[in-house]
Amino acid sequence: MSDAALETSQGPIASTVKDWSSDMTTFKGVPWGKAMMWIFLLSDTFIFTCFLIGYMTVRMTVSEPWPNPSLVFSLAFMGVPVPLLLIAIMTFILITSSGTMAMAVNMGYRHRKVAVFWLMFATAMLGASFVGMQAFEWSKLIGDEHIAAWENPMGAAQFGSVFFMVTGFHGMHVSVGVLYLLIVAFRVLLGKYDEKGFEIVEITGLYWHFVDLVWVFIFAFFYLW
Amino acid sequence: MATAEIPYQETVPLHHPKGWLGKYVFSQDHKVIAVQYGITAMAVGLVALVLSDLMRIQLAWPGLMEFFTADHYYQAITMHGMIMVIYLLTAFLLGAFGNFCVPLMCGARDMVFPYVNMMSYWVYLLSVIVLMLSYVVPGGPTGAGWTLYPPQTITAGTPGADWGIVMMLVSLAIFIVAFTMGGLNYITTILQARTRGLTLMRMPLTVWGIFVATFLGLIAFPALFVSAVMMLLDRMIETSFFMPAIVSLGKSLSYTGGQPLLFQHLFWFFGHPEVYIVALPAFGVVSDLISVHARKNIFGYRMMVWAIVAIGVLSLVVWAHHMYVAGMHPLFGFFFATTTLIIAVPTALKVYNWVLTLWRANIRLTVPMLFALAFVLTFIVGGITGLFLGNVIIDVPLSDTYFVVAHFHMVMGVSPILAIFGGIYHWYPKLTGRMLDDRMGLAHFWITFIGTYVIYFPMHYLGFVGVPRRYYENGVSDFYPYSAQLLNETISVAALIVGVSQLLFIINLVWSYFHGKEAGDNPWGANSLEWCTPETPPTHGNWGEKLPTVHRWAYDYNVPGEEADHIVQTEPHRPGSAASGH
Repeated sequence: MSDAALETSQGPIASTVKDWSSDMTTFKGVPWGKAMMWIFLLSDTFIFTCFLIGYMTVRMTVSEPWPNPSLVFSLAFMGVPVPLLLIAIMTFILITSSGTMAMAVNMGYRHRKVAVFWLMFATAMLGASFVGMQAFEWSKLIGDEHIAAWENPMGAAQFGSVFFMVTGFHGMHVSVGVLYLLIVAFRVLLGKYDEKGFEIVEITGLYWHFVDLVWVFIFAFFYLW
Repeated sequence: MATAEIPYQETVPLHHPKGWLGKYVFSQDHKVIAVQYGITAMAVGLVALVLSDLMRIQLAWPGLMEFFTADHYYQAITMHGMIMVIYLLTAFLLGAFGNFCVPLMCGARDMVFPYVNMMSYWVYLLSVIVLMLSYVVPGGPTGAGWTLYPPQTITAGTPGADWGIVMMLVSLAIFIVAFTMGGLNYITTILQARTRGLTLMRMPLTVWGIFVATFLGLIAFPALFVSAVMMLLDRMIETSFFMPAIVSLGKSLSYTGGQPLLFQHLFWFFGHPEVYIVALPAFGVVSDLISVHARKNIFGYRMMVWAIVAIGVLSLVVWAHHMYVAGMHPLFGFFFATTTLIIAVPTALKVYNWVLTLWRANIRLTVPMLFALAFVLTFIVGGITGLFLGNVIIDVPLSDTYFVVAHFHMVMGVSPILAIFGGIYHWYPKLTGRMLDDRMGLAHFWITFIGTYVIYFPMHYLGFVGVPRRYYENGVSDFYPYSAQLLNETISVAALIVGVSQLLFIINLVWSYFHGKEAGDNPWGANSLEWCTPETPPTHGNWGEKLPTVHRWAYDYNVPGEEADHIVQTEPHRPGSAASGH
């Protein structure tokens, strides 16, 4: 029986056991960088989880009222305040960037360098516009609604504290991701990975999808709760 | 199929640096990084040792040191605790042993990402420097206790509430970055860069301990990171994550509605796994030491591995047993007490297996073996008092007494340090090519071992009579009998002797480097891969042309029917041999 046929005949549990009891590599065919990125993301997940649990605890235990997110996060469209409009656009952009990233990974495995470059560049630009809109949102909250990290005219001061802390930390991740994407994109174009292979595109993609996924949770917990 | 595959790492060219700076300072060689981690951790550990001796002098002879005020005392307590737990034990066991042992024992040329590994050390050094700089900021280092509980940590009156706490939190955050860079390397190396024939279940237990401990670290340190960030915001821009509305020194502060208990939860979600981040590598090192120096295979290898994994998993769900006195729902107390006591099962299993490894073994009482045996004894003592403190009703009266001090020093202070000493005496010959001096080693061992028992045994009694911990000055009073004060003085004398005797160890390390006996490739007759390097000390790349091939586990000592007293891992199986099927 060929190895591939053996693999399928064993089923997922048996083949997992086989991988874990084998020598040399536990995850077969997975490059070091990819394994390392997965493990890093596991650790980073715990950072965001702790932030979100901290946020939930604070929100449930403060004595002052929590501001209504539909009112706080509204954007005037032709003079009419529309709840969650800006954040809907931001979320849409970030999810779209995940799509372009996935296409870049696909093109990477087809060794189409120019396509990879432009798709990664597009992803980075979408990410940058997300950060830009976040800056706009922050300036609106701080300037127009007078919410600061330490005070909040609409109720609990912790609203501003956790909001700026968690979205700031996420925005930092996005900004780092934009830099990371641009660096990798240019290195792809310059042919730095021609010999090593294009796994780096997928590794970058893992990070980027993670940042997007985290945003989905932040969006749900901050804007919809 | 798998055997025909050439390990990726054999084809990756190593970055060979030229010049002294690249070889010994900004080196990407895991062995050099291990030494850098080790020396830095020991240096900062000496600072913490001096601090503890200052505290002991103060407790035994109050008023003797006029310059040592109550503030200084609290700063010393805090710095001593934090340095010992994080900057010495974690950094040494994972930074030094992790870096040295993982690639060598896995048959790898180096860590998978040597550059990241190098950065890990330099960032660690930065965190140490930031921590030490807290001695020169206005107000000195923080004196909030190593647990840094708010609100007292950042309210006026606590020493270092101005800038010391900021330095501490920043230093912790930097340390976590350093740890993450190192830890990712250890895990990826163990999972993806083992050599031919080395399955996970053939790895020496040292590697298993480091592996699970690193995993725990990557899961638990985020909680500390988050709490450090939040407290830093509370301190710097007056957010109220942890700070309730509070009146301090007659003034009401601007904080309102924060949740001090949240900090305790986050801190201990890190803090309890931290105990095992320190203990698991020590377990691993001691298992290997006992097996090598008792010339017998480790008893129940598989169970030892699964015990490490089980302890790692369980350690994530017991954190609130540090918070019984903070007040909690009785059902939570029940839950956390139960999980805590369940941890005793895999830990006891490990102790039984160590003892059964020793049973009818050909024990050689070398210096590393003495330290390993001392570890087992000390760990039993500390572990058993842990069963007391794990129960809510016993914990509540004993909490904040010297009983707790005795418990955690025995179980996670002295025990890991003994394992570290044992490991150093064991691997020094491989690292330098020379043996450490036995006479100095024996003196160091007996003074340290007996000394620590003179220090910590009486503390259990002091705790039972109710002597509170963290007090600057006790003296003799109605609540504090003369006998207790006498014990206090005894403890302090022992602490000073043990403290000074560590110099012997440092002298030994330096002296033996130049004048020690030539060690040869495998002075202990050990089996694991690090003793099979073509050169001693191993050169950059460890293995010469070709990576070694592993044919068996690391514990084939005195196999019945075999001539040799030990069979190294690279030795192929002989048909008909009684060696284990590993």
